[in-house]
Amino acid sequence: MRMMGLKSIVLAVGLAMAGVGHAAPQAPATPAAATASTTPATAPAAAKPAAAAPTDPMLAMDGAPAMLPTPGIGMPVAGEIGLQPQVTKTGERALGFHNYILVPVITVISLFVLALLLWVMFRYRAKANPVPSKTSHNTFIEIVWTGVPVIILALIAAPSIGLLAQQYKPAPDGAVTLKAIGNQWYWSYQYPDNGGFEITANMLKEKGEGQPGERTRTDADGPKLLAADNRVVLPVGVPIRLLTTSVDVIHSWSIPAFWIKLDAVPGRVNETSFTIEKEGVYYGVCSELCGMRHGFMPITVEAVKPEIFAAWVKAKGGTMPSAKPAAAAPAVETNTAEIANTAGPVENTTSAAPAINQAAAAGNAGQ
Amino acid sequence: MTDTALHPSAFDAHHHDDHAHHGGDHKPAFFQRWFMSTNHKDIGTLYLIFAIFAGVVGGAISGLMRAELAHPGIQYLTTWATFIHQTPQSLDESLHFWNVLITAHGLIMVFFMVMPAMIGGFGNWFVPLMIGAPDMAFPRMNNISFWLLVPSMILLFSSPFFGGAGTGWTVYAPLSTQETGPSVDMAILALHLAGASSILGAINFITTIFNMRAPGMTLHKMPLFVWSVLVTAFLLLLALPVLAAAITMLLTDRNFHTTFFDPAGGGDPILYQHLFWFFGHPEVYIMILPGFGIVSQVISTFSRKPVFGYLGMAYAMVAIGVVGFVVWAHHMFTTGLSVDVKMYFTAATMVIAVPTGIKIFSWIATMWGGSLSFKTPMMWAIGFIFMFTVGGVTGVVLANGGVDDNMQDTYYVVAHFHYVLSLGAVFSLFAGFYYWFPKMSGRMLNEALGQLHFWVFFVGVNILFFPMHFLGLQSMQRRVPDYTPALEHWNTIATYGYMIMAASMAVFFVNLFWSLFAGRKAGDNPWGDGATTLEWTLSSPPPYHQFETLPVID
Repeated sequence: MRMMGLKSIVLAVGLAMAGVGHAAPQAPATPAAATASTTPATAPAAAKPAAAAPTDPMLAMDGAPAMLPTPGIGMPVAGEIGLQPQVTKTGERALGFHNYILVPVITVISLFVLALLLWVMFRYRAKANPVPSKTSHNTFIEIVWTGVPVIILALIAAPSIGLLAQQYKPAPDGAVTLKAIGNQWYWSYQYPDNGGFEITANMLKEKGEGQPGERTRTDADGPKLLAADNRVVLPVGVPIRLLTTSVDVIHSWSIPAFWIKLDAVPGRVNETSFTIEKEGVYYGVCSELCGMRHGFMPITVEAVKPEIFAAWVKAKGGTMPSAKPAAAAPAVETNTAEIANTAGPVENTTSAAPAINQAAAAGNAGQ
Repeated sequence: MTDTALHPSAFDAHHHDDHAHHGGDHKPAFFQRWFMSTNHKDIGTLYLIFAIFAGVVGGAISGLMRAELAHPGIQYLTTWATFIHQTPQSLDESLHFWNVLITAHGLIMVFFMVMPAMIGGFGNWFVPLMIGAPDMAFPRMNNISFWLLVPSMILLFSSPFFGGAGTGWTVYAPLSTQETGPSVDMAILALHLAGASSILGAINFITTIFNMRAPGMTLHKMPLFVWSVLVTAFLLLLALPVLAAAITMLLTDRNFHTTFFDPAGGGDPILYQHLFWFFGHPEVYIMILPGFGIVSQVISTFSRKPVFGYLGMAYAMVAIGVVGFVVWAHHMFTTGLSVDVKMYFTAATMVIAVPTGIKIFSWIATMWGGSLSFKTPMMWAIGFIFMFTVGGVTGVVLANGGVDDNMQDTYYVVAHFHYVLSLGAVFSLFAGFYYWFPKMSGRMLNEALGQLHFWVFFVGVNILFFPMHFLGLQSMQRRVPDYTPALEHWNTIATYGYMIMAASMAVFFVNLFWSLFAGRKAGDNPWGDGATTLEWTLSSPPPYHQFETLPVID
């Protein structure tokens, strides 16, 4: 995987600088340097395009990342007691379902039971009620406390089923496909519709840890244990088709701000989709126990405008599908063999069939 | 097995004759009594001692975990790992040791603490007493049920010294098939032995309850605790063989190059999860149903009222047991299930809330109109009702497959299952312990220390586990020794909660040992006319062999 990282560096280095449509003026864009220089060469975002090729506008391979995380967005906040703000449509719907249906209902039920208990404890304490009643049946009340929960649960189930249906809407044609591959203990990513490049995301170590000269985390990268050296770059407003798989044990790819968590299972390719509504940096963690460094393989997503995404893809040596969305169709992996070596079956899901039933796609890969 | 004592006609000769046989109390010598025991009460005592020991170890492990988690960064892990292995451990090896700790905590608490205490301990002690039987149906099988647990525990407790199993209590493939060294095999064999022990115990309970009830005690007159053990025994009988199959396949995958769970050989890691959770979900009801039974007895006793809606209570447990077998994949909502499967398991899981609600409201209705005295067992039982409700409603949240795309594998799940187990099952265990200790030992526990234990424990566990909901909503994942600094606030508070809880346990043990030797003598029935089940008609402690003349129930 390191090799792939190097390859990307070499690619980036080989390309001249051209901050195509760079829209993050607050962040210094660093020209990719062959050496792992930590000096932030501060080329302005709108540097004049060079003739040869665009550079990597994210410059994620070394140097400071282009986009700064927004405090409190896409990451946990100290002392906070609720869910993270959502930046996808399904996430917002799920958040609303949780905050405005589930939480009120469970709070009312809990307080109702507590109130009943306290009342009974007060009213029927031995001193106040020395002679116990002999009542042990009341058909009416028993029907009520069977029926009312059924109604409450039905009222919860309806929006819950609707949420599931929305989450399982397959990505439309023209979606950007991101393939996340779990490794012990880092993530590698492919963009099957955008050429054969691959990026590798390791957790950034803290200053003073790791090898001398190794890039360490700064606040621009994000919070401790959540910042990865290479960010997954995705366009906003464009549907994303997420595929997950693994080369060793089960991992789980998760970004809480997207309301996305999907296990990466060896021998299978799971699929889901989402559309990011807001630019920003979003953090997640591996969410399935995968061995010793399970807590140290973060997921960092940088959501940018589509044109920046296109430039980033070019800088990585990838290609954008041609104008018509159908070009996304031949999404066969360039390196399926690599997966197949360790994990068996070859992927047979994804966007090849535009109207593919996502459920089937998720289920059939490993069979 | 044509024991004539099991034949109903044998009962006819006997008449109602309480307290007629306090003689004939010929206890065997120490070794024979405790190591070759066939007496259900002695075996029950052994189970309880075993469970208390395991609970101390499992609780100490959670103390280690809370200490490490009090602040971000790795503080103590390396020291502990080095201490265990007696050679300096690298950071990675220390991180593996963390996974060993979480695995051990889970397995110990489930298989060596809650199950032995509920089923082996209280079940053994009180099922025969409550149904008016002289002993269990198969006394020698009862003995092997207990003694299988001992090598099982030895296997699990010694595995950390051979590297340690760092797979989580779920032992998911392929993590478990790829981990080298003998530790995972030891853990698997430990599970096999514990499983065999439980299956034998389940057979024993089912046979006993169906065949050895006193004359006149129909199924619909059985105390609810006996009902709960009966349902639990069926769950054990049906669920544990599936676990045995799953972990046997793990064992052959690990050692004999089979590929049940290896996609490279046509296997499927998700198959393991289906098998595991087909066992694992009924398992959580195995851990809580006897608690339901205990709470029913305690609430009824201290309300001086019969249980409200007895039949509804009994069949609610049956319903929970049945439905509990068809909801397993809600543990697997993020594994790539199809949308229809997720919708089904969402709906099916919610259904369980209905019989559970019936139980909660029936307990409150039992208290309604009663004459309540708030003795220590009653406090634990009332605490149980509320805490189990809180754990139950977060279960309704997690039942939603769409919500799990955020909450799966976070501390919200940890908070949920500790509310139903550490506050639910454990509260019911304490309720049972304070309730039956006078019967088992002949001495009362100190009431003031008992109340102190309850209140400090109640405050402690809530401070310990409630913030975990917040951590989970803020996306802290399970099973990690370190976390991003923003999560420090609630983690530190949770660790304080642990300390309070641990202090209350010191009170408990002081009370236990003091009362065992110097506690006030308990009469036959220290709880008054609310305690109507058969065990209270016997002396405290009961004679070595009880009901030589069978009681008759009208």
